[in-house]
Amino acid sequence: MTRNSTSKLLNGDTCHRTNPSKTPGANGFVMSHCLFQKPQKRYRRSAEKNHHVSNNQGLYNKPFVQSFEETPLLVAVLTYVGYGILTIFGYLRDFLRDWKFQKCHLAREREEQKDFVPLYQDFENFYTRNLYMRIRDNWNRPICSVPGAKMDLVERDTHDYNWSFEHTGRVLKDVINMGSYNYLGFAENSGACADAASECCMKYGVGVSSTRRETGNLDKHEELEKLVARFLGVESSMVFGMGFATNSMNIPALTGRGCLILSDELNHASLVLGARLSGSTIRVFKHNNMQSLEKLLRDAIAHGQPRTHRPWKKILIVVEGIYSMEGSIIRLPEVIALKKKYKAYLYLDEAHSIGALGPRGRGVVDFFGLDPTDVDIMMGTFTKSFGAAGGYIGGKKELIDYLCSHSHSAVYATSMSPPITQQIITSMKCIMGEDGTTLGQERLSQLSENTTYFRRKLHELGFIIYGNKDSPVVPLMLYMPAKIGAFGREMLKRNIGTVVVGFPATPIIESRARFCVSAAHTRKMLDTALNAISEVGDLLQLKYSRNNRPRSEDTDSYSYLESHQEH
Amino acid sequence: MKAMREYVCWLYYQYLLITGIYVLEPWEKSIFNTVLFTVVAMVVYTSYVFVPIHVRLALEFFSGLAQGHPESTVALMS
Repeated sequence: MTRNSTSKLLNGDTCHRTNPSKTPGANGFVMSHCLFQKPQKRYRRSAEKNHHVSNNQGLYNKPFVQSFEETPLLVAVLTYVGYGILTIFGYLRDFLRDWKFQKCHLAREREEQKDFVPLYQDFENFYTRNLYMRIRDNWNRPICSVPGAKMDLVERDTHDYNWSFEHTGRVLKDVINMGSYNYLGFAENSGACADAASECCMKYGVGVSSTRRETGNLDKHEELEKLVARFLGVESSMVFGMGFATNSMNIPALTGRGCLILSDELNHASLVLGARLSGSTIRVFKHNNMQSLEKLLRDAIAHGQPRTHRPWKKILIVVEGIYSMEGSIIRLPEVIALKKKYKAYLYLDEAHSIGALGPRGRGVVDFFGLDPTDVDIMMGTFTKSFGAAGGYIGGKKELIDYLCSHSHSAVYATSMSPPITQQIITSMKCIMGEDGTTLGQERLSQLSENTTYFRRKLHELGFIIYGNKDSPVVPLMLYMPAKIGAFGREMLKRNIGTVVVGFPATPIIESRARFCVSAAHTRKMLDTALNAISEVGDLLQLKYSRNNRPRSEDTDSYSYLESHQEH
Repeated sequence: MKAMREYVCWLYYQYLLITGIYVLEPWEKSIFNTVLFTVVAMVVYTSYVFVPIHVRLALEFFSGLAQGHPESTVALMS
């Protein structure tokens, strides 16, 4: 990697990678080095910033703005202090429970079994017993209506500090739902989808009573698979009854011992489980970091398997479209360029991005304007944007035929229920515009409008928001453990249902509240929600952001170039 | 007057949130508040009673050093 070639690249000289389908080998300069060098740290002058951005911007057809603002130091220190105090009290309570001063609500072995190896791991549940239980009323809230833009919650009461709940019999009506993955608003109990689903239910019943291999393969499933393949732009596809099972049962069918899986740091539990079950070697690269991925690829190809140095049988890169805890979007053009250069395979999990991103709703591939046949295995779920349940895998015909016989999920799991299948068929046709209305297109544009509005407003209010500007998942940082419980309860008092997340789903100090914007939210609902969030933010002092200056026209372009904050 | 009370209540709420006491049961809150109040009271008492004397002694010691060496230290010691 020579100095003058770096500077040539930085000066915006021939941007070789504008067309990702061109082989990088055509240009000798690119062949001899890493595709993506570490960006040089010259942020002070905006002229330099311009060129630094165009280095990788050639692959993208629109600005890719993603930011993860750093935790303010004082907040981090106070968060640790808070956790320290709660740990001390946790030990105190454990001591009291052990010595029988306090009633113990947890699972305990019988007296006779105490001399054996313990059944219940006491220390591992320390966090669950002592923090999660105290603020448990923010989770598992029973919903007694359809989880659309507004929902009804069952009111619960607790007399022993969240160890047990009682239903008071009252129902909280019309709670604005900012937590359901209802991106396109298809979770509704009236309309074309619901009518079609109930008709199908009348004809086929609800249960299938078999697996796909035996007598569970309905013509509806075949119809759905053809439709999904057409929707994604791939040759063929296969559907499964459960999204989690799609990942965890199909990755073992694709890779095995002697294969390498390169997975992102923040991949979902189903992908991690599938990777571990497969028995392949797993290497983790930093979240959305292309230099880290490239380094791993180069090491893997240069050194081969750990002891024998034989080449890997296959290398599978496992990434997600939108990461739901961060709200970040994968840098797909760069991943595809890397995959082509190093001849690896790509497994893309579009659980949150299918239907929610892209001008035609075809997911993250559509969002970047890329070719769907570049991604070897496209996986997704129907839970989020289609208002149903289940998962799919799309790809070449040989791949799908192979999975049909070798995947555990295909062979053993019950197939998808008919009304659910019909719901997906109707909603997918609606998104594609094939039902004759423009409802799909309206919903897609409504979603992107809502996303932009909601994110912009939250940013202006002064909260720290993670993630990409276009992602409908909006994590709002809370940091302190007590604020997790306080935020959930205060929002419910103002009739807004939110999801708050803490450890272990997130790093210990980065607890957050996660909002999911939906196309079913009207501008008025979003305004109500934003006012409530602002009120609660003032009450709880959550407005940590240090760049919350109101945006004027000329600072807009500057903030786009502020790429030193993106991962 | 009401506004003042409201403000103090809000400050107490912030203290509860930042230290994490907010999630604890009332008796645990009382224990923590008692312990913290005792420690703070002791710090205030110590600083009120002892800090002026120590500061005065220290100043005398150093100013004595600056003027002339042995006789002032002997004078201080006796």
